[in-house]
Amino acid sequence: MELQCPMPQLDFEVITLGHGSGGLLTNKLLETGVFDLLKNEYLDQHHDGAIFTLQGPLAFSTDSYVVSPIFFPGGNIGELAVNGTVNDLAMCGAIPRYLSLAFIIEEGLMMQDFWKILVSIKFAAERAGVQIVTGDTKVVERGKGDKIFINTSGIGTLHPQAQISKSRVQVGDRILISGNIAAHGIAILSLRQGLQFDSEIQSDTVNLNHTVVRLLDQFGEKIHLLHDPTRGGVATVLNEMARDTRLGVEIWQKQLPVAEDVYGACELLGLDPLYVANEGIFMAFVAPEVADAALEMLRADENGAQAAIIGEVVEAHPKQVILHSSIGGKRVVNMPLGEQLPRIC
Amino acid sequence: MKYVSEYRDADMVAQYLEEIRQTVTRPWAIMEVCGGQTHSLVKNGILNMLPPEVRMIHGPGCPVCVTPLNLIDKAVYLAEEKGVILCSYGDMIRVPGSKRSLLESKARGADVRILYSPLEAVKIAQENPDREVVFFAVGFETTAPANALSVIHAQRAGVPNYSILASHVLVPPAIEAVMNDPDSSIQGFLAAGHVCTIMGIDEYYPLVDRYEIPIVVTGFEPVDLAQGILMTIRQLEKGEHQLENQYSRVVRPEGNPEAQKVIQQVFTIADREWRGIGVIPMSGYEVRPEYVAYDANIKFNVNIEKVAESDECIAGLVLKGIKKPQECPQFGRGCTPQMPLGAPMVSSEGACAAYYHFSQAMEEVSA
Repeated sequence: MELQCPMPQLDFEVITLGHGSGGLLTNKLLETGVFDLLKNEYLDQHHDGAIFTLQGPLAFSTDSYVVSPIFFPGGNIGELAVNGTVNDLAMCGAIPRYLSLAFIIEEGLMMQDFWKILVSIKFAAERAGVQIVTGDTKVVERGKGDKIFINTSGIGTLHPQAQISKSRVQVGDRILISGNIAAHGIAILSLRQGLQFDSEIQSDTVNLNHTVVRLLDQFGEKIHLLHDPTRGGVATVLNEMARDTRLGVEIWQKQLPVAEDVYGACELLGLDPLYVANEGIFMAFVAPEVADAALEMLRADENGAQAAIIGEVVEAHPKQVILHSSIGGKRVVNMPLGEQLPRIC
Repeated sequence: MKYVSEYRDADMVAQYLEEIRQTVTRPWAIMEVCGGQTHSLVKNGILNMLPPEVRMIHGPGCPVCVTPLNLIDKAVYLAEEKGVILCSYGDMIRVPGSKRSLLESKARGADVRILYSPLEAVKIAQENPDREVVFFAVGFETTAPANALSVIHAQRAGVPNYSILASHVLVPPAIEAVMNDPDSSIQGFLAAGHVCTIMGIDEYYPLVDRYEIPIVVTGFEPVDLAQGILMTIRQLEKGEHQLENQYSRVVRPEGNPEAQKVIQQVFTIADREWRGIGVIPMSGYEVRPEYVAYDANIKFNVNIEKVAESDECIAGLVLKGIKKPQECPQFGRGCTPQMPLGAPMVSSEGACAAYYHFSQAMEEVSA
């Protein structure tokens, strides 16, 4: 569903260097566009920063978004920038509250594209229940950027029952995944490669904070670690966890949820879904006694219909991730080297 | 997924493996020629499901691994010095040349693009008439028809700014080279299914007779590989040597005549250097004189001084199956997928990279 807000009448169609100069044009861009759309008591102060009070332990996170193309099936760079930082905070066990929002725009970006991005930022923030309280806009010369880059930073208050830390991962912990893997990376890649499938593969970008809160409300400290497998995919999260905790990980290929079309695209492109990026799922390392209940709860959640228990933390083979293949073999799942490159044959 | 999941059936694989266990009475060394098969054996964990008597030797069928150093240097030169748009299949761009890889060239500002099809490169050439576009046409017989077609297409569509840097190698001469090596211990071959899809199976009969070895044309899925290995073991145990086709759902005896026609139209068979192995007579394709305008080698008159390979890398011995990757003193020490000395440590189809991951798994799993 595409959410709409009418674009204000403007006397310019493209964003130029002047819109980032800090002068009249910048004011015009912000006053007619950004401020109105993202309106809240903090932003309305038009100050150099936001002043607010928060109680208790806080989580703080930042991320930059440079996805190309900026519009893709299932979303655009705007909602990705909100959901990404919201999810990073949620993975800390925090309830996201405030975001900063900074644009680096390449001159020549169509105003209507910028508006579309702003609108999806607005709705993504509303869905996540966060406010955008401070921001920045810079415009760079053509060729010095790629249409638009976005940085968001966020602050959240820790959930009172959350005790999320790598140090809490123990042997026997079950590894849950909240949904189908590899959708975002394949959606982007098929667009770049101009691949057509029977049905369009959609990015999974979504805010996960409400789902995480429900999980923490119910299971609290039994949730030992949360992670969203974005760049580098599930394999990277598992390897980082194994490396840092000096524990082993075993996963079962049969249990890995992959949508049929995404699986087919991975086969075609020569990619391993374990290494493909996700934007709308998370992994939870949970105490074994709550694993089944947590799975049941996730499956009932709007963001968890395809949730599955994919593996377990083990004492054997420390720092190593072993996959039990569907046919009963075993192999090591390594950290990806860099960008996953398609094989020749 | 239809036509795939049937061939990843755990029960079928288990059944073939059980038959292999029951059939085998003594040690056998079988080479899977194709890097795609190596990849599948490792990815599905099949190697450590085989009985200890069956030793799989990973062959030279990794096009990325056998592409000569000099050719990578040429590609780097074209991308950096001649300002061409250098298009390549994905895993080629990470292989180190004597100075650097194409990936590093890209980071330094060269226009290097990863494509899935050479026809995309022709399209890029059409869209950029003021730039030269070169496709790094690497591969075995499998990728040759598409690469040849791109040349035909470019000629028909009148795209003068397109050319290919061809590095095509052929499977049968590689099998000969492996068998002619006095140190070779190979007793049977799994031939590469996709190569035979194009070329058919006839050219393997003489090899079966001359070297008195079983050759089984085999597919790439776990069920294919388990069945192909079983068929080879059965022959070996009976003392037979025949050509069999495990992959008959895809491979017709005559291959794909249309594809062969396209290959013959554009390419001619020539001597070819294999990285780590040396020159194998009549083992590759080069662009025919009629299409010289599309041969980047001639078009740009690239003469790059040949640089000797690192003598620390024993890739040649590994590619012929004479040494196991772990027998290399640099394996896992001076040479890792992060810092490769030679190509077999780079590609996921390369034997060293496969063993690097697999032997790690073995040590840890059995610990």
